[in-house]
Amino acid sequence: MLFASYEFLLFLAVVFIVYYALPGRYQWIFLLIAGYVFYFIANPFYLIFITTTSFTVYYAARKMEDIRREFKTLKLPEGITREEKKELKAKEKKQEKRWMLGALLFNLGILAVLKYTNFAISNINAISGAVGAGLSIEHLNIILPMGISFYTFQALSYLIDVYHAKYDAQRSFPRFALFVSFFPQLVQGPISRYSDLSKSLYEEHRPEYTTITRGLQRIMWGFFKKLVIADRILVAVNAIIHDPETYSGVYVFMGMLFYALELYADFTGGIDITIGVAQTMGITVKENFERPFFSKNIKEYWKRWHITMGTWFTDYIFYPLSVSKFMRNLNKFARKHFGDKIGKRVPVYFSSFVVWLTTGIWHGASWNFIVWGLGNFVVIMISEELSPLYDAFHSRFKVADRKWYKCFQIIRTVLIMSCLRMFDCYRDVPLTFKMFGTMFTNFGLKNLSASMIGELGLKPVDYCILLAGTVLLILVSMIQRNGSVREKIAGLGVLKRYCIWFGLFLIILLFGAYGIGYDESQFIYNQF
Amino acid sequence: MDKLLEILNDLHPEVDFETETGLIDSKIFDSFDVVTIASEIIEAYDVDIDAEDMVPENFNSLEAIWDMIQRKQEEA
Repeated sequence: MLFASYEFLLFLAVVFIVYYALPGRYQWIFLLIAGYVFYFIANPFYLIFITTTSFTVYYAARKMEDIRREFKTLKLPEGITREEKKELKAKEKKQEKRWMLGALLFNLGILAVLKYTNFAISNINAISGAVGAGLSIEHLNIILPMGISFYTFQALSYLIDVYHAKYDAQRSFPRFALFVSFFPQLVQGPISRYSDLSKSLYEEHRPEYTTITRGLQRIMWGFFKKLVIADRILVAVNAIIHDPETYSGVYVFMGMLFYALELYADFTGGIDITIGVAQTMGITVKENFERPFFSKNIKEYWKRWHITMGTWFTDYIFYPLSVSKFMRNLNKFARKHFGDKIGKRVPVYFSSFVVWLTTGIWHGASWNFIVWGLGNFVVIMISEELSPLYDAFHSRFKVADRKWYKCFQIIRTVLIMSCLRMFDCYRDVPLTFKMFGTMFTNFGLKNLSASMIGELGLKPVDYCILLAGTVLLILVSMIQRNGSVREKIAGLGVLKRYCIWFGLFLIILLFGAYGIGYDESQFIYNQF
Repeated sequence: MDKLLEILNDLHPEVDFETETGLIDSKIFDSFDVVTIASEIIEAYDVDIDAEDMVPENFNSLEAIWDMIQRKQEEA
C-alpha cells in the first residue's frame, strides 16, 4: 500500500476513527493489529519475517534481563573476594552476551540472506566469468520484506540497549511487537529508539484539537513535497538517466540537481507523512531531518540528514568499534610506527571507514551504493585533513559570518552531495564516472535547447510549478530556523490560517502529479 | 586532571573547559571528537573504555570525563 494512494488514505481514516472510538487501554492493541493488517495487505508472506524478528529480539532481551536479575538476587558466599565477585559478574555478562549475539546474528543473517544473496551470486558469477571458470549460478527469486532494513535496525538497537542495561526489557510481547511494527514508520523509517517511541506509543490518547490539526498539517506538507515536487520532477530525472547517450554534459548537471531535489522532497515528504500520522494519534516520532542542505559542510549535513540512521551507525558501530580491543591494538601499532600525530587519527578514520562502508551496504545490495558510501567517507576525510588550512584561512580572512560566505558553503554542500548521489541515480559505477566526466569534458551549454528540455517529459507549466514549489520549500526552511512554521501559522488570524491550509490543500489537489504520464510512485527510501 | 585538560585543549583550544558543562548538548564535541578523546584517554590513563561508556553523559563536561576516568581506574 503506497502512502500516496487512495487505499492508504482510506486505511488511515478507518484507523483514525476506530483508534479514537476505542477505550484508551485498547488503543495500542489496535495499533498493533493495524500494523499487521498494513503489512498483510502489502504481502502476507512479510508477516513471517517481522514476527520472527520481533519474537527473537523480545525473547533474547527478556532472557538477558532475567540473567541480570538472577545475578542481583544471588546470595554471595561470605568472605568472597573482590576478584571472585568480578569473575562471577564477568560470567553473568558472558551469558547475556551469548543471548545478545545470538539474536543479533540471527536477525542480521535474515537481512543478509534476503537482501544480499543475489548480490553475492552476481559477484561470484562475475569473478567466475573473469577467470574463465564458466560458473553461472542462477539468481534466487527472493522477495524483500517491506522496510526490513528499518525494522531490523530498530529492533537491534533495543536489543543492544537492553544488553547495556540502558533501560528495562519490555516484558509484554504484543507491546514489543507494536514497537517493531508501528505502521506509519514501516515504509521508510525513521529508525526510532525504544526509549523515545515507547514514551507515547502505549499511552492512552484522547482526541485533542491541536495535536490532530498539527498532525494533519504535517501530512499535507508531506503530500505537497511528494506529489507536487518529487513525483513531478521524477519524470525528467528518469528521462535523463535512462538515456545517457543523448543527455550528457549540461543535462547531467541538470539531472543531478533534479535528482537531489526529488530525493529531498520524496524522503522528507514521506517522513513528514509518518510523523504527521503518528501525531494525529498523539504519538511522537523523532525528527529525521534538520534542513540538511543548509549545512556548512558534509559532516554537518550528515548530522542533519536521515538523523536516526546516522545516530544508529554512530551509537552501534562507530563508538563500539572505536573503543574495541582490536582498535586499541591498532592504535598502539599506529602510534608506535607512525608517531602520535598520525596514530591518534587511526581509531576515528578506521571506524569511520567501516561506518560508511556499512552505510553504503545498508542502502542497497549493489556496488553503486558501496562506492557512494565510500565517496562520503573520502569527502569527510579530505575535509578533516584540510581543517588546519581552513582554520588558517579563517584566522586571516574574517569571512565566516558574511552572508555571501554562508551562501557559498550551502551551495558547496548541495553540489558535493548531489555529485555523490549520482551513484544512487545511475546505479552503475563506471557509467556514473563517465557521466560525471561529461560535465567537465563536454558541458555543451549550447545543447541546452527548449526543444530538448521539452523532451524530458515536462511541460513549461510543470517547470513553473517546480520552481514555485522549490522556492516555497526554501522559504519554509528559512522560516523554520526560528521555530515551527505550523506554530507561527497557528498564531495568525482565523481567515489567514484557513486560507493558508486550504490553499495548500488546493495546490496538492490541482498540482499534484497524478494522471496520464504519472504513476503512483513508491518512496525512494522504501527500497532500502 | 592536567593531562586530560591538555588532551581537550589540544582538540578545542577555543573552549573554556573549566566552565563548559554542555560539551555534547551544545554540539561543541562531535562524534569524531568523542572517539579521539576516548582513545587518548585509553592511551594516557591505560584504562578500558567500553561501548556502554560512550554516552553523552560521560563526555558533557571536564568533570564528567574525569569522573569516568576515575571510575574506570577503580574498576581496573
